[in-house]
Amino acid sequence: MSYFDLRLPLGWLFVILGALIVCAGFGAQVTSEEMSLGWNVDFLWGAVMIGFGLICLWFARRYAKKRGPSNLANADSDRS
Amino acid sequence: MKPIRLELIDGAILVVYFAFVLGIGFVLKRHMRSSTDFFLSGRLIPTWVAGLAFLSANLGAQEVIGMAASGAKYGIMTSHFYWVGAIPAMVFVAVFMMPFYYGSKARSVPEYLKLRFDEKTRALNAMTFAVMTVFSSGISMYAMALLLNLILGWDFNVSVWLSAIIVLLYISLGGLTSAIYNEVMQFFLIIAGFAPLVFLGLRDVGGWSRLQMRLDEVATAQHFAPGAFSHSWTFIGNAADNPMGVGWLAMLMGLGFVLSFGYWCTDFLVIQRAMAAKSMAAARRTPLVAAVPKMLFPFLVILPGMIAIALTQHQGASGFALPNKPDGSLNYDLVIPLMLRHYFPSGILGLGLTALMASFMSGMAGNVTAFNTVWTYDIYQAYLRPRASDSGLLWMGRAATVVGIVISVGAAYFAAHFNNIMDLLQLVFAFVNAPLFATFLLGMFWRRTTGHGAFVGLLSGILAAAIHHGLTQPMGAQPLVKGGWLGHVLRIYPSEMAQNFWTAIFAWTTCFVVTILISLVTPQKKSNTELSSAHLRRTNDLV
Repeated sequence: MSYFDLRLPLGWLFVILGALIVCAGFGAQVTSEEMSLGWNVDFLWGAVMIGFGLICLWFARRYAKKRGPSNLANADSDRS
Repeated sequence: MKPIRLELIDGAILVVYFAFVLGIGFVLKRHMRSSTDFFLSGRLIPTWVAGLAFLSANLGAQEVIGMAASGAKYGIMTSHFYWVGAIPAMVFVAVFMMPFYYGSKARSVPEYLKLRFDEKTRALNAMTFAVMTVFSSGISMYAMALLLNLILGWDFNVSVWLSAIIVLLYISLGGLTSAIYNEVMQFFLIIAGFAPLVFLGLRDVGGWSRLQMRLDEVATAQHFAPGAFSHSWTFIGNAADNPMGVGWLAMLMGLGFVLSFGYWCTDFLVIQRAMAAKSMAAARRTPLVAAVPKMLFPFLVILPGMIAIALTQHQGASGFALPNKPDGSLNYDLVIPLMLRHYFPSGILGLGLTALMASFMSGMAGNVTAFNTVWTYDIYQAYLRPRASDSGLLWMGRAATVVGIVISVGAAYFAAHFNNIMDLLQLVFAFVNAPLFATFLLGMFWRRTTGHGAFVGLLSGILAAAIHHGLTQPMGAQPLVKGGWLGHVLRIYPSEMAQNFWTAIFAWTTCFVVTILISLVTPQKKSNTELSSAHLRRTNDLV
């Protein structure tokens, strides 16, 4: 028996949350930047989160490919 | 404190997170076919996942809110909880103790005690642990609901029941695996949510060197030498010279040895994560994998507290300051929520709040999964239904999850009536875990240790802790929960922390000595074969 590769939901969660935060950064008002000491922290950190999410998804995909198509959904079982 | 008004985007972030949490539970449900799947994750969990879950199960409310508060109250000395306390203990559990736990094929810590000692030692540990876990989970729930009420204005009852239902759903669907997978996601969310807070706080205070200058001002204002808040070792020679009121002996022996080793080596809440690993090698690597990020966590949870007290002493560019409690003292518990509100605009604010909720829920879920396992294996199967089928155990595991959550909700409401219940719970941990570590050390490394010795030693250790607590008191505290309840105070400690460390030292020493004495005068009832199975193929595993 095996479970699914945790990097898949982790990657998607970070990509979606990062995208939402970047959207908030696009609509940021002057007061938002004042709060964060002059930085558009939403835009910057949202982009970092999207980057992390994509790295997770890339690792998950690479590992699934290595294990073969039949194991795409069950990539995590014996990785250490 | 005026509640924060959440924007649509912040709400959307919370909803997306909860959808993922529940989604993992639903996807895992089809894999839960046996009690081993449900309680031990089928022993299939990869090392990196088990390692991060091992760390994250400990990242509950007390860790995030409590460490930031301690950072503000005691300064950088709080980091000893990590570098003197947790890290050496995690390395010890990986190198020396995992071979015993994993190799014995025990399914829980109480079951290991039965294999090594006897039934009564197992029963004592199972009962005390089950009570501790549901109360601990309830207190996490209470703290979360209180905080959400304070910072978001959410209704206390709604917060309690909503968090209970979410944790109930994802654990009863996916068992320990669901808890572990969610703990790993929570680990990354906590980093993502709090790291920008540290950067912004440091920027506000003027960088690291300016922070040290401000902390010197904090120290002198509290009648300590400059550097008492920013040097971790310089002022430890004399307990009166540092804000924690703890000398080197209490620090090394109390925190560094007894309390930390007692927690990380014997608490089934964390050990369960390593026991779910796919092999002995993976189980032994689990605490080591966890120790690496653990070393960096002071920067994430203690540094915000130090920044907050520095800014309060000498307000930074943005005017951040901690508020006072009604009694005039600073409200250290609000460091993280107030910094989130102060520095984070809408968007990343939703992420910060999600990280905060994730930390509370990982604490709750960790306790509930440990409770359902100990209840099902060590109480239900051991004493109520010894011949229960595997499907019966699986059913009981799910039922125990429901019951555990319901009791936790009750504990949350119970906690709401007592101001000092968190202190009380911490004290109970010191009473139970510290002597238990002496029992484990002797049981694992001295074959002559008998079941009677372990049981009487354990009870004596708990009793010694109670007597020490009853005869001592921290400075300025009222008698009862904080000590002095035996009517005669023999010693006043500079702080509660110092009192806790010494309580643990007394408990451990008493248990250690009594266990040896009783073992020497009672017969060893375990055969060599039984002892070997508890001492385990250790030689092979260690090579």
